Amino acid sequence: MANSVANIFGSSPVMPLEEHVDIAYRCTKQLNGLFKAVIAGDWGEAAEYRNMIETLEHEADDLKKEIRLHLPRSLFMPVPRQDLLELLLVQDKMANRAKDVSGLVLGRKLQIPDAIADDFLEFVKRNVDAAKQARKSVRELDELFVTAFRGAEVSLVESLIEELDQIEADTDSRQADLRSALFAVENSLQPVNVIFLYRVIELTGEIADMAERVGRRLELLLAH
Amino acid sequence: MEAEIIYIGLAAAFGIFMAWGIGANDVANAMATSVGSKALTIRQAILVAAVFEFLGAFLAGGEVTSTIRKDIVDVELLSGTPELLIYGMLASLLAAGTWLLIASRNGWPVSTTHSIVGAIVGFAAVGIGIDAVQWGEVATIAMSWVVSPVLAGFIALRIYRSVQRLILSQNDPLACAKRYVPVYIFFAAFTITLVTILKGLKHVGLDLSLAASYLLAVVIAVVIALIGKFAIQRIRPDPKLDKKHHFYTVERVFAVLMVITACSMAFAHGSNDVANAIGPLAAVISVAQSGIVGSKAVLPVWVLLLGGAGIVIGLATFGVHVIATVGRKITQLTPSRGFAAELAAATTIVIASGTGIPISTTHTLVGAVLGVGLARGIAAIDLRVVGRIFMSWVVTIPAGAVLAIIFFFLLRSVLP
Repeated sequence: MANSVANIFGSSPVMPLEEHVDIAYRCTKQLNGLFKAVIAGDWGEAAEYRNMIETLEHEADDLKKEIRLHLPRSLFMPVPRQDLLELLLVQDKMANRAKDVSGLVLGRKLQIPDAIADDFLEFVKRNVDAAKQARKSVRELDELFVTAFRGAEVSLVESLIEELDQIEADTDSRQADLRSALFAVENSLQPVNVIFLYRVIELTGEIADMAERVGRRLELLLAH
Repeated sequence: MEAEIIYIGLAAAFGIFMAWGIGANDVANAMATSVGSKALTIRQAILVAAVFEFLGAFLAGGEVTSTIRKDIVDVELLSGTPELLIYGMLASLLAAGTWLLIASRNGWPVSTTHSIVGAIVGFAAVGIGIDAVQWGEVATIAMSWVVSPVLAGFIALRIYRSVQRLILSQNDPLACAKRYVPVYIFFAAFTITLVTILKGLKHVGLDLSLAASYLLAVVIAVVIALIGKFAIQRIRPDPKLDKKHHFYTVERVFAVLMVITACSMAFAHGSNDVANAIGPLAAVISVAQSGIVGSKAVLPVWVLLLGGAGIVIGLATFGVHVIATVGRKITQLTPSRGFAAELAAATTIVIASGTGIPISTTHTLVGAVLGVGLARGIAAIDLRVVGRIFMSWVVTIPAGAVLAIIFFFLLRSVLP
């Protein structure tokens, strides 16, 4: 009977969710270094980045499972459990995409033509920026719980999400530009390599898409 | 003469054991919220608990004690056979104590109040006769067990909503906290002081008029609020741990308030739960000493002192560890929430103590926590555990009753 009051508190998913988004962001961030190494032709260093991405993706996966385990249906929370689980899922997908991209680049020893190298790096960086902004938004989750999803803190998070949307829009236009730049030079390149370049551009762009979906999920939490 | 001493000795031993158990186990539920939210260190919590549990028991514990002592069983019916009341009350103490021991071992969250009331009703209904139970009074008590968590929940929800509106959702929560927290301190101090003055001072020998009582309560509350305001003004924001809205520092402001509500909670707990231990003891003493069953007999002050002391000893010997353990588990209840829950629970319990209704401190506090949860104040509440706590109601009452019946017949055949 002594611990009856204590036990009614389930474990709060807030800090683990923030930790998870941090890992997912750090996972995507390795792509900056990875592509720099690839363009420089340093495959040894690229492989190191690839390993780092795999480790972080695993870490995110483990934490995801851990969070799910501690969110039984019997929990009564200020926001629907399902919305939190879906937020977790899209956070995790940012890391998954980073892993897919790195796998493809390393597996095929992808050549990035000099003509688009700078634009390519900038495009990757903007996607990582989107993930970073998603992290910044999710990191307000603890404050949102403190204020019980009301007032000034909500407006703060809304402005963060707006910024996230702008970054995502920027990656979209960069993606289009990058495709047409690649299209302009594709005849001088190896056809199979070109196919996979398009594929890598598409997959990288999905990181920003997932980051944007993190924002949408957060917005849903605010709307309750 | 021989028999009287045996009866009183047994009752005192059982009563102190019960009080010890309440101090060792039950107080943790009342105090751990403050420790968990880091408003108090464990040492401070023990000190606060010891002082205010004792004050609550001594100053405001009389009404509930008298309810347990003579309002559940129709004592007039026993005027021919006073020894039956003695056996019954001894059996009730034994039954409640045994049941609490079993429950603690298995980690079931049961209420001392429910077990002692169940035990008394049990021995009276079966050992003496259905008519021996004051069913009207029992119905009132049973009703209050439903009403008290709901009421505490409602008050907690209103308090927490006001905190959201006045402080947490503002652009500068820290400034708002510094402005409004002293007001909450005033209300917390006012409620507790008023009940103490209205209910407690009489048997200490002071008798104030109603107007004077209110005035005194206001004056004391203002003084406490001013002290609180002074403490709050010394709190400076911590740039390392704060984000934009300074919520870390805001919680530290609320921590000052929580010191006051922790005192209230300890006081309330003492005022209501001491009766579970000493109510039956008081009944045995009055019958054994006078040889008659009279409902007019006054409650000896030393019995209240004994109960208060028993709780404090339980707290010092065993309660320290329990509070530390429970406190470590309650980290979600930050001061801005914890105070709302504690203030709501303490207010409800103190009102019940004033009207002489024995309610469960734990259930009232759980109701209050749920109220804060309904206002979206708590990250995660496990409804399964809440369900288990409320289920233990249903089990504890018959369990206490059955054990009391067994002990009653046992004692009647063994004792002179």
